[in-house]
Amino acid sequence: MKGWMGKFRALFMLGSLSLILSGCGVEKLSALKPAGYGAELLYDLMILSIAIMIFVFIVVMAIYTFVLIRYRRKKGQEDYIPKQTEGNKVLEIIWTVIPIILLLVLAVPTVQAVFDLAETSSDKADIRIDVTSAQFWWQFDYAGEEISTSQDLYIPKGKRVYLTMKSADVIHSFWVPSIAGKIDTNPGDNENTMYLEANEEGVYWGQCAELCGPSHSLMDFRVVVVSPEEYEQWVKDMKNADPEAKPETTVAQEGQKIFQNNCMSCHAIGAQPKGVGPNLTNFGDRSKVAGILEPTKENIVDWILNPNEHKPGNSMPPNLVNKEEAGKVAEYLMQLKPSEITPEDAK
Amino acid sequence: MSTAVAQKKGFGAFIWDYLTTVDHKKIAHLYLVSGGLFFLMGGLEAMIIRIQLMKPDNEFISAGLYNEMITMHGTTMIFLAAMPLLFALMNAVVPLQIGARDVAFPFLNSLGFWLFFFGGVILNFSWFMGGAPDAGWTAYAPLSTTSPGHGVDFYVIGLQISGAGTLIGGINFLVTIVNMRAPGMSYMRMPLFTWTIFVTSTLILFAFPALTVGLFLMMFDRMFGSVFFDVAAGGNVIIWEHLFWIFGHPEVYILILPVFGVFSEVFATFSKKRLFGYSAMVFATVLIGFLGFMVWAHHMFTTGMGPVANSIFAVTTMAIAVPTGIKIFNWLFTMWGGSIKMTSAMLWSVAFIPTFTIGGMTGVMLAVAAADYQYHDTYFVVAHFHYVIVGGVVFGIFAALHYWWPKMFGKVLNEKLGKWAFWPFFIGFHLTFFIQHFLGLMGMPRRYWKFLEGQGLATGNLISTIGAFFMALGVIIFLWNVIYTAVKEPKASADPFDGRTLEWSIASPPPFYNFKQTPLVRGLDALWIEKSEGKKGMTPAEPLGDIHMPNGSILPFVMSFGLFIAGFGFIYQVDNPVWLSLVFIGMGILLGAMFVRSVKDDLGYHIHKEDLEKGDGQL
Repeated sequence: MKGWMGKFRALFMLGSLSLILSGCGVEKLSALKPAGYGAELLYDLMILSIAIMIFVFIVVMAIYTFVLIRYRRKKGQEDYIPKQTEGNKVLEIIWTVIPIILLLVLAVPTVQAVFDLAETSSDKADIRIDVTSAQFWWQFDYAGEEISTSQDLYIPKGKRVYLTMKSADVIHSFWVPSIAGKIDTNPGDNENTMYLEANEEGVYWGQCAELCGPSHSLMDFRVVVVSPEEYEQWVKDMKNADPEAKPETTVAQEGQKIFQNNCMSCHAIGAQPKGVGPNLTNFGDRSKVAGILEPTKENIVDWILNPNEHKPGNSMPPNLVNKEEAGKVAEYLMQLKPSEITPEDAK
Repeated sequence: MSTAVAQKKGFGAFIWDYLTTVDHKKIAHLYLVSGGLFFLMGGLEAMIIRIQLMKPDNEFISAGLYNEMITMHGTTMIFLAAMPLLFALMNAVVPLQIGARDVAFPFLNSLGFWLFFFGGVILNFSWFMGGAPDAGWTAYAPLSTTSPGHGVDFYVIGLQISGAGTLIGGINFLVTIVNMRAPGMSYMRMPLFTWTIFVTSTLILFAFPALTVGLFLMMFDRMFGSVFFDVAAGGNVIIWEHLFWIFGHPEVYILILPVFGVFSEVFATFSKKRLFGYSAMVFATVLIGFLGFMVWAHHMFTTGMGPVANSIFAVTTMAIAVPTGIKIFNWLFTMWGGSIKMTSAMLWSVAFIPTFTIGGMTGVMLAVAAADYQYHDTYFVVAHFHYVIVGGVVFGIFAALHYWWPKMFGKVLNEKLGKWAFWPFFIGFHLTFFIQHFLGLMGMPRRYWKFLEGQGLATGNLISTIGAFFMALGVIIFLWNVIYTAVKEPKASADPFDGRTLEWSIASPPPFYNFKQTPLVRGLDALWIEKSEGKKGMTPAEPLGDIHMPNGSILPFVMSFGLFIAGFGFIYQVDNPVWLSLVFIGMGILLGAMFVRSVKDDLGYHIHKEDLEKGDGQL
């Protein structure tokens, strides 16, 4: 299947269609710059369907242009009555049968791809991750590994990572355009599954693609694709992380106390217990604060004091601590770097 | 236009006349004006959305308000603008095209309008009563069932009431077309517009009940403590998606089929040719209507239905492209060999073909279920459905208004202004929406309040916003044309465009009884047949006699008003049971009016033969 589609792609490369399209969008975000198995498969399907559609469009436009130029009423023709043709059976058959053939050409690879991408019950799955969405953030629990993270999903390059998707509140949709297509995360028993297989290292944009409330557009996350060795290291480091570890500086130590007194009821550090808010185990390594802000101390303090300014409608209460305390908490959070593997390693 | 009449009769009498009318031509005016106003509101909402998305990280409106805007834009445009504007055309044209004096149930016709109108008003009251619905026009549960405030309550009640109006209208036109065709007009002699309305009405009959059921479940979840969509109590949120799309997909065919009919009339008339492949066109229309019920789940490819369901719905969806393609080619061949006159109506129709072809093609691309995992809920989808709904339905409505304006208001819309309105709208439309295909593929999900710097989406969004202003300019020029025509243009003749169907055989606008004598139909394009044999008009099928007419009635207005009041009661009784009194008052008014209607005989009246003879339509 892949080879056959590959030939198709090579063919259209010549026709430069693919080249034109691949000029569109930003690396790691655009579905037109695929860097994963799913995204590449779907990109091929897109190119195939666009090629068929352009063919149809050219045929329609050729007839259209001819008709409009040739049969436009000219001066002196006002009283001309054209022949009142009823129709033409042969023509009707032609423009019924040809579209059916074109659609079959498209339908076969479609069904193949649908079943291919649905192969998610594999036993040989190396890595399985439970994804839980909530307004407006993502939780990733690595099955069998006692690792939980939020917002940054670490996966190894070139391996299939199987995801089980559910939602803690309303329907969201998990989408990493450059690696794979999207699937909804439903509340209740309607769990979905999909897989990711990234072919290039990098930090990829992930987005929510189902309207989920005011901050729907701000529910970004990142997929950090690292080499398999780096991934092993990351897993090891994360498992060995000590949630109670004492920070080095006194400010951060004070911050830890404040955090434990005010924030622990929602936010977990370490895999247990599962909090109602984002897990902060490796907060210091995050590429963004809350998925959208640059990870500076200023932004973290600002977020702690006024989360609703940045993500309207989210459930974190404002002003739980004062500004000074928030600064200390930020110091504490920023030094939470249990692993030597960070988004920096994903190049 | 009717303003002249108003001055003669006095404003109060004019208003009363429209409040009580059961005349399909006046109900068409009501649908047109109210649908037009809602269209302007929906357009304003669209402009606000486009201004918000003009540049990255923009803060023009807040996130919550933005969600209200997109919800109201979608809901308003579909339910309160496109639907009533199409109902305006149905009312204005179908009875005339089949040689009838009115619809089968004139009283119900009026009731249908007022239910739609008050439903729409309730929905828009939400702006002033604590905020509009904010869960998207699709109102997916549990976002909708848990949305705070009363916004979604307004959505549920407003759509429930206006939906009842639409259902009534659909049934009415089914019965009208089945029973009230002039002698000689067999099904295969019906004008294509009438055919499409016939199929559309069938779709309304089967599709709207699914929405009604869905809305009832949601109403009970939100207002009376049921748990249909509450997963914590064993409910299931996917049920709403199915119910909504079992209605929602046929709904898009309810919108597009009537304008397919419009284009069929316009292409034939302005090419001076019989519609090419009439029976294939009829067949394609019926097939699209039928397949329209087989494809709803293609809106749910990413819901997680599994590969089997996804594949089946992918293939059935692709199948719809076949009858649609048949239509496109038949239109092209209607013009082939014809004598094409580029009037404004024709311009909109001609512009429709490439636009809709693109919309149809992206539709097929979306049917590729696997690829839809990338397209779904992105701007690619937004671009697709605006290409079919604006490029199809709105272009079609503009074409129809230019074409039938003389039949509705007695004057031909100014041609020059008509073209001036077309070009900015057409160019603006493509500027706005073509680029959105690429925005979607480049990773911009739909319903996004803001996009960020560095995502490569800024240029495309700016172009899109500029295009939206061009579209607004086009609409403003069209409105100017309406006023200009009313003031400056001369009265139109009965048949200004050398028409082919029955509506052009009577005066513009027609007398209130339409046909003095019911015409005899001798084939497709009944009037054209008579004209090509050198006759001036239709041969009557009956001798001149008394005409039985229905009386006007204020009761439909009163009934709908009762439901309007009860609606507020339902919405606010959640806060305080005292509001239940409004439910009782409103329902009392409704039932009282129904009682009056049931016990009071209203046999209508007759126009006498003598008056018809001397009046000659000027009664």
